[in-house]
Amino acid sequence: MSSNSKNDAPVTVSVTFAGSGGAGVMTAGQMLLDAAAQSDLYGFMTRSLGPQIRGGEAAAFVRLSPREIVSVGNWFDLLFAFDWVSTQRFKAEIGLEERSIVLTDPDNGEAPDWIKATGAKILDMPLKKMAAEIPGGRPNMIALGACAALFGLPRDAVLGTVEHALGKKGLEVLKASTDAVAAGFAFGEGIEARCRLKRTRRYVKTVQNSRWNISGNEACGLGAIRAGVRFVAAYPITPATEVLEWMAPNLEKVGGHLVQAEDELASINMAIGGSFGGVPSLTATAGPGLSLMTESIGLAVASETPVVLIDVQRGGPSTGIPTKSEQVDLNIALYGLHGDAPHLVTATNSVADCLFTTQWSVYLAEKLQTAAIVLTDQMLGQTRCIIDQPADPCFRADRLVAEPGPEGYERYKVTPSGVSPMAIPGTPDGEYVADGLEHNQKGTPSSQAEHHLEQLEKRQRKLMAFNFGKHWADIEGEGETAIITWGSSTGPSREAIGHARRAGHEVKLISIRLLAPVQYERFRQAMEGVKRVLVVEQSHSQQFYHYLFAHFDLPDDVKVYSQPGPLPIRPAKVLHELMNW
Amino acid sequence: MATAVKEKAQLEAKDYRSDTKPVWCPGCGDYSVLSSITKALAELGLPREDVAIISGIGCSSRIPAYTSLYGFHTVHGRALATATGLKLARPDLTVLVAGGDGDGFSIGGNHFLHACRRNVDLTYIVMDNEVYGMTKGQASPTTAPEWEGSKLTPHGTGVSPFQPCAVALAAGASFIARGFAGDPNGVTKLIVDGIRHPGFAFIQVLSPCVTYRPEEKAWKEMVHATKAAPACNLAEAGERLMGDDGLTTGVLYISNRAPYKLPPAARYTPEEIERAFEV
Repeated sequence: MSSNSKNDAPVTVSVTFAGSGGAGVMTAGQMLLDAAAQSDLYGFMTRSLGPQIRGGEAAAFVRLSPREIVSVGNWFDLLFAFDWVSTQRFKAEIGLEERSIVLTDPDNGEAPDWIKATGAKILDMPLKKMAAEIPGGRPNMIALGACAALFGLPRDAVLGTVEHALGKKGLEVLKASTDAVAAGFAFGEGIEARCRLKRTRRYVKTVQNSRWNISGNEACGLGAIRAGVRFVAAYPITPATEVLEWMAPNLEKVGGHLVQAEDELASINMAIGGSFGGVPSLTATAGPGLSLMTESIGLAVASETPVVLIDVQRGGPSTGIPTKSEQVDLNIALYGLHGDAPHLVTATNSVADCLFTTQWSVYLAEKLQTAAIVLTDQMLGQTRCIIDQPADPCFRADRLVAEPGPEGYERYKVTPSGVSPMAIPGTPDGEYVADGLEHNQKGTPSSQAEHHLEQLEKRQRKLMAFNFGKHWADIEGEGETAIITWGSSTGPSREAIGHARRAGHEVKLISIRLLAPVQYERFRQAMEGVKRVLVVEQSHSQQFYHYLFAHFDLPDDVKVYSQPGPLPIRPAKVLHELMNW
Repeated sequence: MATAVKEKAQLEAKDYRSDTKPVWCPGCGDYSVLSSITKALAELGLPREDVAIISGIGCSSRIPAYTSLYGFHTVHGRALATATGLKLARPDLTVLVAGGDGDGFSIGGNHFLHACRRNVDLTYIVMDNEVYGMTKGQASPTTAPEWEGSKLTPHGTGVSPFQPCAVALAAGASFIARGFAGDPNGVTKLIVDGIRHPGFAFIQVLSPCVTYRPEEKAWKEMVHATKAAPACNLAEAGERLMGDDGLTTGVLYISNRAPYKLPPAARYTPEEIERAFEV
């Protein structure tokens, strides 16, 4: 968070580049992130687009810090407003304060009143004129150079990034861009600003310690591949498409395959078919696709076929707000299946955790032969982060496979763990029929009460008896006050807790990763000593609070901070709730 | 179909049957189709464990349980999707898909179109009885518009019936055939040819429902085997199928369109691909 006390060098700095779709604000943001990585900094970039498919307005929001960044900030040190009409579109997302600096071309005319009202310093930066003086020069590259200088990044880091990104496009294009960045850098150096980071240096990559530039959606894809997923069926949907687009070429590299399905009904069933064949399989979608897939998630549960579904949540209901985040598919993920259908529901709680949780979820689905729904969201999925190279937690698909003999194989044999060895097609004497109809232990359809009961109990037991270990939640800190949260609300909660702690207030964080099966006893233990609770979630109807209320004993003193999308939850709002009980 | 035949004691048709008693009514055409499937597998000499049969929901979709193969009785309308996933993940298996006209052409209609155009190497057998039997007799997509036998549509549907073979042709199927359950040897031969065909093979089997459409018993006198060789170009096949009475049996169309391209072998490890994220 950019709340720097008056005299200190800032810990975190932030910028908005806002302009029309063709202005290149995303390129500027992306290159700034890369340049920061080359300067031994961490970064966090979110983006916002107007409703137009192409063109329209665009804004890139970038935060940089020598420490790892887990959340959006509260306000911005810098705003590069390429034009006022486009910038206006993001009014609700651009927090400015008196110490902010707004840079804009004087050709754009006077700043609008809402900008002036913030008290931010408004500086003229003749972007178009400067660009015109450089053959092929573009305003976005000039802004990038100025921003790098204002944040105190080394000049060669930003120039090196541009070279790396544009080197292939030929000397002329490269020179136009490096000249523009250099001109912007010189301009930025001449501005007095408090947002210069104290010490930046060139990043040196080592074998043990490398930094990654990754989005949450890419991290989900990588987690799946690490765990052993080799078949994916895909139907494009915002904001999940990047999971699938990243997986298509990368799966192929590791010998897997992604097929584009005709709809979500097909993609979930194709994934179930692949898994029936013994290959760990997955699909990814968003809320509308999850709604379509629910019937077949039940098929995976009943037929005990492992399958993983990543739901990158977006604003709902119905088509809702496809490009914005909201934590509103919790209810359907938990309760959307018809019948008694125990399954796994997990949640990613940071960009890096998209990798861990997806990898873990594939492992769990395979181990427990059931469906796993991984809830992530647009905020995590489309945020691009500079993170430390994530360790490989070594979760690998590890299905209990049958080696049947001629004496008669029972696919749905009742076992103490509830998990029964699964015969994979191609295995002699293992032939069985997987069925969504209730069945006996052999798999023959049956509507008898005893068969229904024993299979219901088996399917429930395998989830309830399994030891999920410490990964069920991230629990940090101690104290009588706790924030209980999940998913992308964890980042702003973590940052708020950090501020509270520095102000002398201990606050415990409980971010639940395993939402189903419900971890009753672990939750009780985590709550020992907690006297009051702040629930933080991004939904209007308080879906997460109702989940907690339904399953757990909460203290009397419970406060809920639930804010619907499309605006992100800001750490300052969470901190305010903590400090004003 | 490229499945290698294993050196094994020759299996007979009965070896592909399970001992589970079908739920079908006496006289149902599906008994005969089941028998044709097992005969075709015996003729091809396919090991049981290397064949999977995938179905949706409906009377005929109960068929996997009556075989001794790997099977998946999925949800209504999604058999083709499940089978496509299985075949793409496990190209070494022979994958059969079976179901009825409601399952395949109504709730599963979209998957039918795209299975035809995707041309994954599957053999899809639709037991078409022009009625929903499991829910006790409603009009299906292939039911004639004036059929008044259902409480749901007491004045008939008034809607033109779906033309499975013509739709399959337009959607890009590379093997189209029609059989009649009353001619089990003919259906066996179609299934053998369909399995051998390298791509999506669609076989419509007219399979009378003696309970809700007893008049279909008359199909026996009405069906007629095609005298022509299978059409090999779209225009000719289109003309024949559109002008057909829906009762012509035999292989109606074959094309040598390349089947869906399968993935190449692994070239990298996950550790190698994740290096792309390093800055």
